Amino acid sequence: MRNALKHLSSKGKRGAWIAFVMLAIVLLALPFFTEELFGRGWVRIMDFALLYIMLALGLNIVVGYAGLLDLGYIAFFAVGAYCYALLGSPQLGLHLPFWIILPLGALLACLFGVLLGAPTLRLRGDYLAIVTLGFGEIIRIFLNNLNAPINITNGPQGISMIDPIRFGEFSLGNTHELLGLTFPSVHLHYYLFLFFTLLVIFISLRLEDSRIGRAWMAIREDEVAAEAMGINTRNIKLLAFAMGATFGGLAGGLFAGFQGFVSPESFGLTESISVLCMVVLGGMGNINGVLLGSMLLVVLPEALRHGSGPAQQLLFGKTLIDPESLRMLLFGLALITVMLWRPAGLWPSNQRRRELVAENDAAQL
Amino acid sequence: MDTLLQQIVNGFVQGSVYAMVALGYTMVYGILGLINFAHGEVVMVGAMVALSVIQLLIDSGFPPLLILLISLIISVVVCMALGYGIERIAYRPLRNAPRLAPLITAIGVSIVLQNLAMMFWGREYHAFPSLLPNNSHMLSGAIITEVQILIVLIALGMMGGLLLLMHRTRLGRAMRAVAENPSAAVLMGVNINVVIAVTFMLGSALAAVAGIMVSANYGIVHYYMGSILGLKAFTAAVLGGIGNMRGAMVGGLLLGLIESLGAGYIGDLSGGFLGSHYQDVFAFFVLISVLIFRPSGLLGERVAERA
Amino acid sequence: MTTPLELDINLLELSGVAKRFGGLSALSDISLHIRRGEIYGLIGPNGAGKTTLFNILTGLYQADSGRFTFNNMEYSGRCKPHVLAQAGIARTFQNIRLFANMTALENVMVGRHLRTSSGIWGALTRNATARAEEHAIVQHARALLSYVGIDRPHQTLAKNLSYGEQRRLEIARALATDPKLLALDEPAAGMNATETENLKELLLSIRASGITVLLIEHDVKFILGLCDRVAVLDYGKKIAEDVPEKIRCDPAVITAYLGTEPIIPAQAGIQS
Ligand SMILES: Nc1ncnc2c1ncn2[C@@H]1O[C@H](COP(=O)(O)OP(=O)(O)OP(=O)(O)O)[C@@H](O)[C@H]1O
Ligand SMILES: [Mg+2]
Repeated sequence: MRNALKHLSSKGKRGAWIAFVMLAIVLLALPFFTEELFGRGWVRIMDFALLYIMLALGLNIVVGYAGLLDLGYIAFFAVGAYCYALLGSPQLGLHLPFWIILPLGALLACLFGVLLGAPTLRLRGDYLAIVTLGFGEIIRIFLNNLNAPINITNGPQGISMIDPIRFGEFSLGNTHELLGLTFPSVHLHYYLFLFFTLLVIFISLRLEDSRIGRAWMAIREDEVAAEAMGINTRNIKLLAFAMGATFGGLAGGLFAGFQGFVSPESFGLTESISVLCMVVLGGMGNINGVLLGSMLLVVLPEALRHGSGPAQQLLFGKTLIDPESLRMLLFGLALITVMLWRPAGLWPSNQRRRELVAENDAAQL
Repeated sequence: MDTLLQQIVNGFVQGSVYAMVALGYTMVYGILGLINFAHGEVVMVGAMVALSVIQLLIDSGFPPLLILLISLIISVVVCMALGYGIERIAYRPLRNAPRLAPLITAIGVSIVLQNLAMMFWGREYHAFPSLLPNNSHMLSGAIITEVQILIVLIALGMMGGLLLLMHRTRLGRAMRAVAENPSAAVLMGVNINVVIAVTFMLGSALAAVAGIMVSANYGIVHYYMGSILGLKAFTAAVLGGIGNMRGAMVGGLLLGLIESLGAGYIGDLSGGFLGSHYQDVFAFFVLISVLIFRPSGLLGERVAERA
Repeated sequence: MTTPLELDINLLELSGVAKRFGGLSALSDISLHIRRGEIYGLIGPNGAGKTTLFNILTGLYQADSGRFTFNNMEYSGRCKPHVLAQAGIARTFQNIRLFANMTALENVMVGRHLRTSSGIWGALTRNATARAEEHAIVQHARALLSYVGIDRPHQTLAKNLSYGEQRRLEIARALATDPKLLALDEPAAGMNATETENLKELLLSIRASGITVLLIEHDVKFILGLCDRVAVLDYGKKIAEDVPEKIRCDPAVITAYLGTEPIIPAQAGIQS
């Protein structure tokens, strides 16, 4: 019996390895297939999807693990993006290398997170929600208006001609030939973003199952009990908030380098809500759920963009609702329906699964 | 022209609008301990509905004052229904859920409202027709329009009425009882569901009036006006001490003044570096400062969470 | 003031602690002392202020006046809950406050938080130190779960445990913080006779392991049969403090509990 189990588990291990290698191959080959099947535009969409996944995972630490509602998360993305844009473009005439500005942007976002979180996090949760909401709006006001009397952000026009991401002489902005394969710029960014996404997933997984992760969840479940058990709730919450902000800043830097252009328009409340929706829809606090939610919500608007116009033409003879507002409407409805009827999100959470396993174990005893 | 006095007048007018909206936040917070995130959108809907009614009636030959009254009544009724709906959808089913849940549904409701409004009334700014004669008076150097005078008077009247309601009627007593101790209130025979619903509806009625006031004051209506106004009114509520109705009134007026004076003098203060388009930033810094230095607000008392 | 070399025989000493909520005086001028190693009972009618006292001791509320000394350290004014937990006061809650969506094991593991130290770096690298610490946390938590008698799979979510198990899980979680004083707010509420008996055994065993126990209970028989000394609160005032035998026939206590008629039979045995 025991041998059989052992055999089974080693088989399971080998199975896991095979699955892992297959997954790696699929992920590596994905841009080529996508380009072949749907065209290069979709590889670009995939790149954005990866950025959104990073954002959603970052927000998941704040909302999903620690249970803090951050409604201005995109502001940290903006901080990272503008940091990159200012230090790597003709705007200020600075062209610092990628490996300096990316961490700098993440750090700056983290700093903003701490500055914002320190006064707010000792209070009840709702204050954080409204302060972050305000912060999101404020950042945009500053970005829009810091073009006079000294032109820093270039106002509503935004900053363009941002340096591409470059490792030494190797610029991700150009097409490269490697090993007989042609790698266009979008493919190269895909691999870079994939690397960072996997890194963020790794960090999230490790944190989730650690002393700190447990403290976050305890605070989410019952803050009073958590502090009575000796958790310094303010510091631990601040840690979650700062981590989330850091990931946001990181994604922002990558976004600026990829897009080559940033403007305040990309950092509105709607974006914050989209990312929140990704986290909530898939399942707060559950990495698989967040991945699912982000992918769904990146693909869905694309489908809407291509599908809703013609469909409305067919049904009503004209476009009644533009896809953008339809998207936000659906996001709003999704937030409501998920919270009312499926608060754990679309993907059953880890804990639930762990418990099922435990029940099976018990049945076998 | 005396700019200081002018800023004070403007601040007072804007502040009375904030106070009206802040009351809605503070009443709901006092009873549920939760922020009604959709409250700002109720203000917007109030303004939009009034706009539509006025547009419908403007050529009917009714006297302007009557048109205004009809639009006011309809918009108040619509908003009260909306407030009730928000409570039923976003808050009631989640009364025993983790705190995050109702916040998220309320955010969902506000997004839905905003986008429905955009579909219905369009993305563009609408001019809010001026129905009242636009006479203005000089007040030792400052200009004040009759509309502004009316705004302040109505706001003061409604706030006074609300205080009377809270302290002189059965309903008001029930509301205060629920805010004080919900379980004891139930034991005393108060119907909590009714009280909470009424609270949302009262707040929404004030929001509707406030929506019409801002629109009449600035002459503009826009589907996005609710969110920033909501944020400021919330700040006013926190400034006065959230959960405290007199606090909301004081906080509203004070915030209006701070904002107006700040916007007037920010250029001088920053040596010309920052201009008046930073007006919206003040509320935020007021909010942060209050949270740092006096989280219980000016008139609020420290309340510990029940353990 | 503090003499760390010479341990006071009193673990906890309150003097003049008062707390008001608006017009209501929930606690007024409470002074009492709890000796090391005893089981100390706190009784009183509903709303007497017992839980409020706990909340002050654990830093959830701030006393309006007065101070207390715990383990030779003085606390007055604003004091954070985690500091008091660190000092060695652990508690349970009258209306159970477990981390409902975490497993039984994780609930107890959270209790180890303040006696362990891995941070972000340890979590990310899972270096030898962090792994060893994590292992120790799991072992300790497992041991505590079986100590309090939860023999369900440890992966069961806290919210799916039975009522009695939840109460005991709360005790295990509190014990995980290595307390010097364990404060229990109505631990026997809602338990049947067997469960209450088991709880009694558990409390005696906890005391035997050197932990001082502070106990709120409405079940007067339970408390008089278990505690070394008992204090009685009524309307926020301490009306009596003595050994159970004396409390039983204290006229003020009888009045507070029963109006004027003394109904508690003076001979209701400790052993019963
Ligand atoms: N946060 C609070 N705000 C206002 N009043 C409070 C608060 N906490 C407690 N009280 C009041 O203080 C008094 C004492 O309450 P406490 O919970 O300490 O009583 P208790 O002795 O634990 O009663 P019970 O046996 O019912 O648990 C009660 O009247 C209660 O309503
Ligand atoms: Mg109690």
